[in-house]
Amino acid sequence: VTGALGASQPDLFYAREQMALSLGSHIVIACLGMAFPFLVVLAERRGNRTGDAIYTTLARRWAKAMGVLFAVGAVSGTILSFEFGILWPRWMGRFGAVMGLPFAIEGFAFFLEAIFIGIYLYGWDRLAPRVHQAVGIGIGVAGVASAFFVVAANGWMNDPTGFRIVGGKVTDVKPWAALFNSALWPEATHMILAAFIVAGCLVATPHAWALLRGRGTRYHRAGLALALTVAMVAVPLQLVVGDWAARHVAAKQPTKLAAIEGVTHTERNAPLHVGGLYIGGEVKGALRIPDLLSLLAFDDPHATVQGLDAVPVSDRPPVNVVRTSFQLMVAIGFAMLGLGLWLLLAWRRRRALPRSRWFLRAAVLAGPAAVLALECGWIVTEVGRQPWIVYHVMRTSDAVSDASGLRYGYFLLISVYTALAVATFAVLRRLGRAPLPAEAAVDGTQP
Amino acid sequence: VTLANVVAAAMFSGITLYALLAGADFGAGLWDLVAGNAERGAPARALIEASIGPVWEANHVWLIFVLVTLWTGFPTAFAPIMSTLYVPLTLAAIGIILRGAAFGFRKVSSGVETRRLYGAAFAASSVLTPFFLGTVVGGVVSGRVPAGTRTGNVIRSWLNPTSMLGGVMAVIVCAFLAAVYLAADADRTGKPELAEAFRRRALATGVPAGVIAAAGVAVLHADSPGLFHGLTHRGAPLIALSALAGATALVFIVRRRFASARYLAAVAVVAVLWGWATGQYPWMLEHELTIKAAAAPHATLVAGLVALGAGSLLLVPALLWLLVLVQRGALANEP
Repeated sequence: VTGALGASQPDLFYAREQMALSLGSHIVIACLGMAFPFLVVLAERRGNRTGDAIYTTLARRWAKAMGVLFAVGAVSGTILSFEFGILWPRWMGRFGAVMGLPFAIEGFAFFLEAIFIGIYLYGWDRLAPRVHQAVGIGIGVAGVASAFFVVAANGWMNDPTGFRIVGGKVTDVKPWAALFNSALWPEATHMILAAFIVAGCLVATPHAWALLRGRGTRYHRAGLALALTVAMVAVPLQLVVGDWAARHVAAKQPTKLAAIEGVTHTERNAPLHVGGLYIGGEVKGALRIPDLLSLLAFDDPHATVQGLDAVPVSDRPPVNVVRTSFQLMVAIGFAMLGLGLWLLLAWRRRRALPRSRWFLRAAVLAGPAAVLALECGWIVTEVGRQPWIVYHVMRTSDAVSDASGLRYGYFLLISVYTALAVATFAVLRRLGRAPLPAEAAVDGTQP
Repeated sequence: VTLANVVAAAMFSGITLYALLAGADFGAGLWDLVAGNAERGAPARALIEASIGPVWEANHVWLIFVLVTLWTGFPTAFAPIMSTLYVPLTLAAIGIILRGAAFGFRKVSSGVETRRLYGAAFAASSVLTPFFLGTVVGGVVSGRVPAGTRTGNVIRSWLNPTSMLGGVMAVIVCAFLAAVYLAADADRTGKPELAEAFRRRALATGVPAGVIAAAGVAVLHADSPGLFHGLTHRGAPLIALSALAGATALVFIVRRRFASARYLAAVAVVAVLWGWATGQYPWMLEHELTIKAAAAPHATLVAGLVALGAGSLLLVPALLWLLVLVQRGALANEP
């Protein structure tokens, strides 16, 4: 993902790839950290209320997986705070005082998360059920708060506020204004909803897989129904919030919007292109809908949409990476809306999951698809902002460390993350395959 | 008292708590490594898992607290520390990944081979992480991290006598703290044999820790004259207190008074850390950058302290609740 970046530091490419690897891994685990606790507590609560052992078993087994994922997330998040300094010391040195505050607050949220998860995981049966459930909710709330503040820092990179630059020096620092930048609200809402979709779908996937393989127990149906329902409730909300986020980009980062839509020349009555590729300055092989881009971005079919040519070539992000990611994300979003409708119709008709095996196949795919959409959305935000690390203020190539040999750290990290991914998958699979306790293993009618 | 000093003190309190709490968790990892084969080492490993299981995630967060306070409050110190010392920091970070993940994985694994693999990763990284973090401290206190945007020597900044001293001291002090805490835990929960085993380990690390610390004075004299001067002047009372508390802790360990030994061992560590802090004051980067010069603008320091105060209102009760539950033995069940 180099685009039109000039590089005086030969390891700039590796520094960016390392950041992409670390963030791209952590973002998935962080989503599970935010939303998984709510799923676990939903199952626990249902088990306590109905006395149905299926849900209690579900809650306990999910909790074990959650504990493993939390351990991975805690370390993959820690690595990021090292990397901010190791890879981008000039950015941190120059702007740490402006945009450090949300991270400082996030530290407390993460702290509470770590405390609550210790109490929740080890306090099973020892604490009163209501207290135990409340602690579980506490993990999720702290996780969501944590994401809110991390995204505040990212929002600041997109909409840098709360400081002035006078004679090359950063002055007049207003850290609260920086924290509450305008990009925060759409970005954070979009991120938090994404977490519920990603976690719900990822948790649903193994249950759908087990059902497809004929392990048709009530247990797996209950797990699939609960997790997928949470995700599918979030999907329509996400489409609305996604639109809000895109309008914000249109207003505040016109070059990013131009890359997302492949708009070369500033134009009125801008059409929307669905599909296709950006080749030689235009979108080819796409379905073209007149006026729609102007309408979607500015509520007016005649509105002017700024093109890439409003900025020099050196200030443009790589269009196809950004545009294709955006298209994929939106396509997956609409496919999920369809899956959600399918679920809703079956539920209204029969109070049960759809019977079709195609539904189970789709549910198996939902997990990986949600992760793909998540990564695509993040690529749109991050790569779409390039070549800037701080939009229109600091270039990524000016932020990178000048230390030699950065690439070896990246190579080392690739092997560590590969091993970590393999081990995490193996451990989760083992947890999923552990035999069910007798009271949950019985087959039965659909829940 | 300036705002910058208050923020620096808060950050250093984070370092202190990280050393006392996470340090002991690292040490426990070392004892896990040398506990013997799967069968013989099982009781010790079970004690270690029970002692650190519910708390280690929280203990780890002190490191994050230190990092975010450093980059928000003292961004111009954070940047050169991270870029100049990126080699040991990367290795420490990788140790942190392996350690956290492997400990979490081992808990839910059952096969002997898998548990052994995760156990080895957990234990090895428990030694490497404090070692490399110790070398980072050595690089800063010996004045090898230059202020400004110029990166210092990425090798000699941590491959030097003071850094080696820092690394070795970090590992041995973690091992000592862990042995004392675990002896006290074993004693409290009625496991006299394990208490005895960790008593021997506490003595086997506590005595060398004192000897190395004494020998370290010569290293600092030769390699870090600035810090040496600080430690022998402004920091001297605290260093003396540390030596006294450490020696008394050893006496209590010999006499099997583990509960008291635990507090004295902690006092020894706190005193030596604050001896270092007072000895290095007013420098943030020894002989390169003062706390005052490194500090963020006033508005940021105020905002950081407001966040710290508000955050503590939530954090302190939660932490106390966790510790009370642990002490009561209420966190012993797993899902």
